[in-house]
Amino acid sequence: MIIKISKLLHRKLFWLIILMAASVFSLTLGVKDFSILGLFTQNSEDVKLAIISRFPRLISILVTGASLSISGLIMQTVTDNKFVSPSTAGTMEWSRFGVMIAILFFGGEAKLFKMLIAFICSLFGTLIFMQILQTMKFKNAMIVPLVGMMLGNVISAITSFFAYRFDIIQNMSSWLQGNFSLVIKGRYELLYLGIPFLIIAYIYANKLTIAGMGESFSKSLGVNYKAVVLLGMVIVAVITSTVVVTVGSISFVGIIIPNIVSMIMGDNLRNSLPVTALFGALFLLICDMIGRVIIFPYEISISLIVSVVGSIMFLVLLFRRKKNWSTS
Amino acid sequence: MEYILKDKKSKKIIMCLILLDLMVIAAFLLPGITPKNIHFFMPRRITKILAVIIVSYSIGYSSLIFQTVTNNHILTPSVMGLDSLYLFIQTFIVFAAGSQTLSQMIGYRHFLICVGLMIFAACILFLLLFRGSSKNVYFLVLTGMIMGSLFNGMATFMQVLLDPNEFAVLQGRMFASFNNINSNLVGISILIIIAVCIISVRDLPYLDVLLLGPENAISLGVDYKKLVFKTLIICAVLVSVSTALVGPITFLGILIVNLARHMLGTYSHRSISLGIMFLGILFLTGGLLVTERIFKFETTMSVIINFIGGIYFLYLMLKERKQ
Repeated sequence: MIIKISKLLHRKLFWLIILMAASVFSLTLGVKDFSILGLFTQNSEDVKLAIISRFPRLISILVTGASLSISGLIMQTVTDNKFVSPSTAGTMEWSRFGVMIAILFFGGEAKLFKMLIAFICSLFGTLIFMQILQTMKFKNAMIVPLVGMMLGNVISAITSFFAYRFDIIQNMSSWLQGNFSLVIKGRYELLYLGIPFLIIAYIYANKLTIAGMGESFSKSLGVNYKAVVLLGMVIVAVITSTVVVTVGSISFVGIIIPNIVSMIMGDNLRNSLPVTALFGALFLLICDMIGRVIIFPYEISISLIVSVVGSIMFLVLLFRRKKNWSTS
Repeated sequence: MEYILKDKKSKKIIMCLILLDLMVIAAFLLPGITPKNIHFFMPRRITKILAVIIVSYSIGYSSLIFQTVTNNHILTPSVMGLDSLYLFIQTFIVFAAGSQTLSQMIGYRHFLICVGLMIFAACILFLLLFRGSSKNVYFLVLTGMIMGSLFNGMATFMQVLLDPNEFAVLQGRMFASFNNINSNLVGISILIIIAVCIISVRDLPYLDVLLLGPENAISLGVDYKKLVFKTLIICAVLVSVSTALVGPITFLGILIVNLARHMLGTYSHRSISLGIMFLGILFLTGGLLVTERIFKFETTMSVIINFIGGIYFLYLMLKERKQ
């Protein structure tokens, strides 16, 4: 037992070190010459560059990766379905819808305000999705994400309809494509808002797991099912809307990372939450680096890299899970 | 008409559809035409209507036979990501040949190479997906949709690599849409469609038999494997034609096939395939009218079809689950 735990810790530590190494490497990437040593020798150019651009970018990538994969994990736990995530349940699309509403009716208000409306819309949309899930009696594991994706499709059709109609499609497209190249000091701090909710998720991890086992089961264990599910969805909606408003939508992260972690270390939510956060951050960081290196000095937007890498990984997951089902 | 349709009810409905089609087409072609501008407007409008007819036939017929072969009512070639595959192949060729050749590549030759590769790729894709006794439709749909997003992503990826500066221009020139119909290809598409019609018309009764299930069809003397293979190749060709002309329209196929089946209340492929085509013309011309005349190009066709088709798809899935 002790050996096992130490092995696990060893692994976590190992990945943490890799993440740190990758972060340092990511700091050195960029068009402008920059050396890490300059930070210690107080080279004013280097310090300025780091504070204004490199650090904000790194931090926002790490926070986005961690929080997106955790919100995927929460949704998968609560719905007890491995293929649900903010991008396959329509949460992202609802969030973009909210941004559209905010731009349309309230002009270029503060980001916090945009986020608030995006949050309300994505919470509403996610709750609708949960409601539809409950009315479906026999749940095929595959039909759940399909319903969510279709719902998302319909919502994004409405969003782009209004965006075309009122000529804000250019303005909107920055929320359609996730991109870290515009992240500089003063434009990403909203992401921090998600962090307290990640901590809440960790505290309530066990209750969320119980809620995933169904309403009657949680009642018999003395867990207020509705309240816990609502809490989970609020966390997911807050995280998704902060990410959509600051960097744009990035699909697949919420689905792949939790699945990989659950294959490695099982489904204990409290155990897997930190690892999921770590892997999510590492995954996005690597994707971002690929996007920055491949056509240097240009940049490929991260949502494109993630959609290519992510859909391949998702397909692999699908085929693997299917094999497991047919044998069981 | 007598020879084609023996069923009275479907004959009546199809006649109605043809009448409606003619009305919508007239409403699209005629307004604002004066002797002065007829030379300018007419050819453009007629090209659009021709494209609409070609696209309705290719999307409708390919969806119908695809559903028969896979034996379910939710799958269509575009849901399976075939039109994204086409976009991917199209980009891949330009990518492999270099962007300088782009202008020469957009014509016939490029199109025919694309169709060839498409048939090849479709065969591999189907072999991969239908190998073994996989009967889980939702698995196939989900895989197809993810594959679609993969092909789309890779196509965009290659475009960015081709020319990061003029990426948007490149995308506009390479990919057709209803506002940007690839009119060079209308002629060759008509030829292809006529050829496909002639080749496939004899298969229609066999496809009816296929609805009884593979085992029954085989014992009734249908060469099952050959028929399925032929059908899939036809699907690949038709998807290439429609995607090359007007770009991907994901939900049109599922919408018109199921509506036609519902309206006609028959299983005969002969009447349904006619019904689908005229229904498709009605939908697309109507959509063109709405986007061009009512919204004055302030929205696009794909937005409207995604909206209606998405809702209909949801309805289908939830309904099929209840049974």
